[in-house]
Amino acid sequence: MTGYILSRVARAALTLLITVSLVFLFIRFSGDPAAALVPPDAPEEVIEQYRKAMGLDQPLWKQYTGYIGGLLRGDFGYSVHTGRPVEDLFLERLPYTLRLGLTALGISLIFGISLGVTAAIRRGTLVDRIVMGISVFAFAMPNFLFGLVLILTGALVFKVFLGGADGWVLMPALTLGLAAMGSFARFARSSLLETINAPYMRAAEARGVPFARRILRHAAPNAAIPLVTLIGLSLGALIAGSVVTEQVFAWPGVGQLLVRSVATRDIAVVQFLVLVVAATMILANLIVDLLYLVIDPRIRAR
Amino acid sequence: MTNLSASKSGLAEMPWSVRISVVFVFLFVAFALFGGWLTPYGFRETSMFDRLLPPGSPEYILGTDARGRDLLARLVTGAQITLVVAIVGTLIGAIIGSLLGIIAGARRGATEAVIVAAVDVQASLPIIVVALFLLAMFDNSFTLFLLLVGLNGWEIYARLMRGATLSAKEHGYVIAVRALGASPARIYLRHVLPNILNIALVQFTVNLPLTVLLETALSFLGLGVQPPLTSLGQIMSEGRDRLMTAWWLTLLPGALIFFLALSISMIGDWLRDRLDITLRSES
Amino acid sequence: MTIDESTGRTSGPVLSVDGLTVALPLSGDRAEAVTDVTFQISAGDILCLVGESGSGKTVVGQAILGMLPRKLPVTSGLIQFQGVDLPPQRDSAYRKIRSAEIATIFQDATASLDPVQRIGTQLGEILEVHGVPRAERSERILDALSAVALEYPERVSRAYPHQLSGGQAQRAVIAAALLLSPKILIADEPTTALDVTTQADILAVILRLKAERGLAVLFITHDFGVVEEIADRVAVMTEGRIVEQGAAAQVLERPQDAYTRKLIAASHPGSRQTVPKDAKPILEADNVSLNYHVGGIFNRRKIAAVRGVSLNVASGRTVAIVGESGSGKSSLARCLLRLEEFDGGSIRFMGEDVSGLERTALRSFRKSVQVVLQDPYSALDPRQTVRSAIAEGPVIHGMPRAEANRKAEALLDLTGLSPQAADRYPREFSGGQLQRICIARALALEPKLLIADEPVSALDVSIQAQILELFAEMQRTLGFAMLFITHDLRVAQTISDDVLVMKQGAVVERGPTAQVLHFPSHPYTQELVASAPGGASLAPVSAI
Repeated sequence: MTGYILSRVARAALTLLITVSLVFLFIRFSGDPAAALVPPDAPEEVIEQYRKAMGLDQPLWKQYTGYIGGLLRGDFGYSVHTGRPVEDLFLERLPYTLRLGLTALGISLIFGISLGVTAAIRRGTLVDRIVMGISVFAFAMPNFLFGLVLILTGALVFKVFLGGADGWVLMPALTLGLAAMGSFARFARSSLLETINAPYMRAAEARGVPFARRILRHAAPNAAIPLVTLIGLSLGALIAGSVVTEQVFAWPGVGQLLVRSVATRDIAVVQFLVLVVAATMILANLIVDLLYLVIDPRIRAR
Repeated sequence: MTNLSASKSGLAEMPWSVRISVVFVFLFVAFALFGGWLTPYGFRETSMFDRLLPPGSPEYILGTDARGRDLLARLVTGAQITLVVAIVGTLIGAIIGSLLGIIAGARRGATEAVIVAAVDVQASLPIIVVALFLLAMFDNSFTLFLLLVGLNGWEIYARLMRGATLSAKEHGYVIAVRALGASPARIYLRHVLPNILNIALVQFTVNLPLTVLLETALSFLGLGVQPPLTSLGQIMSEGRDRLMTAWWLTLLPGALIFFLALSISMIGDWLRDRLDITLRSES
Repeated sequence: MTIDESTGRTSGPVLSVDGLTVALPLSGDRAEAVTDVTFQISAGDILCLVGESGSGKTVVGQAILGMLPRKLPVTSGLIQFQGVDLPPQRDSAYRKIRSAEIATIFQDATASLDPVQRIGTQLGEILEVHGVPRAERSERILDALSAVALEYPERVSRAYPHQLSGGQAQRAVIAAALLLSPKILIADEPTTALDVTTQADILAVILRLKAERGLAVLFITHDFGVVEEIADRVAVMTEGRIVEQGAAAQVLERPQDAYTRKLIAASHPGSRQTVPKDAKPILEADNVSLNYHVGGIFNRRKIAAVRGVSLNVASGRTVAIVGESGSGKSSLARCLLRLEEFDGGSIRFMGEDVSGLERTALRSFRKSVQVVLQDPYSALDPRQTVRSAIAEGPVIHGMPRAEANRKAEALLDLTGLSPQAADRYPREFSGGQLQRICIARALALEPKLLIADEPVSALDVSIQAQILELFAEMQRTLGFAMLFITHDLRVAQTISDDVLVMKQGAVVERGPTAQVLHFPSHPYTQELVASAPGGASLAPVSAI
């Protein structure tokens, strides 16, 4: 078991290191980093100062270690666009994104799993097909289209703008969570179906265990185990989705910040956000792996 | 391919939802290829007098945008670009990812470790974030954009094909053919590859609609296909500010994108069900 | 059923099945899964229901428990438990009977346990669902686990299913079945997947339970050896019907029905006409070792799969390698085939050292040593026609395709298949036919040595005999040496001149087959021979 933990942690650390290094290399080789990190109308001497400060006259490996050192110290640079420290911008917007993301995740989990379970129990019937239809629909729907439709409906029917910083989180969360809801529904259905047909379910039936209890005590826990992986995977989809959704609803979160910074070539911000996303996902995957130790006794044996 | 020929009779069993999807895809492709004949205007032709006309206007079937350009003409060109980017992009990802996965499964050792590490890195960064990062630093050329969209999902192909190769190697017939004296090339080309290609094909059908959605999303954000070129997402981004007043500029391209992704998904699901069954019955 | 006034015990059969008929859906290969099945089981009786796959024996078991799939309706017949009609299928009243009166155990014990719950919890659930008060439960669980001779019952109770061996899991499942002291146990092939020694243990447990508790047992199996060990009465099924039924001794010694006779003959080993021993060895293995390294970066372990094994095989003769799972026999085969690089010792083929061979020389070697594998269903590329599969060997070694195709067709004929098979695909054939195709493929290169790794284990009993006969006939005709790997002593007796017994990677005994199997000297061999179901009849019955 310790071997499992150690190897997973090592793998996560290695992945993070490679990602950071790749980001470094790209920035370093994409033109003049100093010019990129400094306001466009800065005089040549300021740029030269930056070059010295960033150590661009140093050998590559020294720059690399300097870069890593800077990251570890928490020195993330300044936004060219606003002149403010990058982490400030980030922290300002993080709460909005968290609220949006968690609400979306909640909605998609609750509705997705309920739909999937219903479809599994009523397999082959009209209900099943409707649910599967909904999940394909949710999967194929571009979130920006859905968001715009919601906004349009809101404006025409309710005469209110559904976006903006003080708007309801529900509408953007619904938009963001739609695709994930589709995958959860589909997944819950197939996982439960597989579990329902497992040999130990028949054996439990042969022992006189009633249907409801079999589903709750045996099928559900077993079907839920792979769900943990799926939630981990859907984190990536949620992050990707929030980039677009926040734009559509003018929701002042991190995704909107990323898009704006890309448009204005605010490299310091973009770099920081990319690293944050990577670190978050690597950490989330690691947590999922370790969570398996708790929920699946078969993993503990390894 | 033995699998598909065995299901020839299954074509008659296609549920109506899948049939409609096939028809829609055909229509979409036809629209992209020949839609230009439906309108006398070019997609870049502006007209200051005919701005923001709604659909159903006498000379412009689907209306015009803020610069007086015929929406129908723009949709045709947009559909072309979206299709090209989606198909080429998905193919790039499929081929590169599958090759890497097969090599990782076949060679093992250090080569495998490097590929697996690359897959891990990609898996921890949603492709849209990678795309945004690279687009921030490099000029947005069409080629770059195409490559980025192509990267969508390569790591899934790699993982799948690596797993498939590893398990194929353990199959009885691979061991038996090895014992017959077959060279590794023969084993892989004749026996392993044909039997795992199905898996890549299935993933392709899952991946294609996602690529469509990625391209249109990036274009919608203004970071994808750049003017003067246009794509369905790009049209939507231009029309976005006039959502209330000129809804047709966003909803019509949006509907096209949605139905395209939906149709491909439904066809893909159906194919997957059929292939899965034949795969299972052969094992 | 009548109740004896003085003793209070009921007499008459515990279970009575009368004219049971279960229909199959239209896509099935016959109209009914089970037709007009009638039998009775009394307290303390073990009835063995014998049949091959597809005979309908499992359906009978399902019907008794009210667990038939929806697609298989009971169209007529009556099932009575202790004189009372059992309710129509799937009625919730069945729930109370299950486990409390009629209990079941299945073939794969580990799969019939919830993988994420402890054994004790699952046993406790049975008690809870049948209304046993909480205070009594743990004691009854431990009692049941001890009754099946599980050491350290508390540990087993706290364990998860994957932590138990196959034999332990089966005992735990039997314990679960016994918790409520049912009157009858339906055992559906419970020992088929177990090692011979473990199987013997489980059969002993069942026999003891019958003696101690008067448990009635419906034991479903395909193995007549098992029948010889435990049956009081026997019913033989094929194609959904019972073709013969009676007291065990009578059916085994004086079988009336042709199918019964065929099954009994198949489970009794013939003896072998041996080739003179002075033939020079073709294959000489000397002190071969193979280690596997498992685990990731942080927990690498070394497992010794093969430890210092030596053997030799001469032209025209067959050496059997006998062992249970984990004995290393398959790993040894892979080393001999140069499919695996062994770590120690040497292997010489026709005098030449095999370990150093590369490329062309290795290719040549492959022409002379061929293999037939265990699972015929995965041994052929599903995309290749039969002709192409058989011809592939010669084509790889340079024969022109047309000639190779003709050779393939000739081999089809030699191995007893029709010429139309050549253009068909593997999925269209049965297990026995597929194995014939694999034999044809192996023989296409005219090997001097054929290594067969458990080639009949996955086949039905009656087909096994045919395939063994085919091996023997091919060997007589073509004169190759054969190394035959098996876990089944009866097979070894039928097919081999000499036998090696392997345990945990090492050879524990070797010698002429008749001698080793009749007069085993090593304790492990003795145990194997004693455990062989119907072991007393390892004496040859008919010559091949």
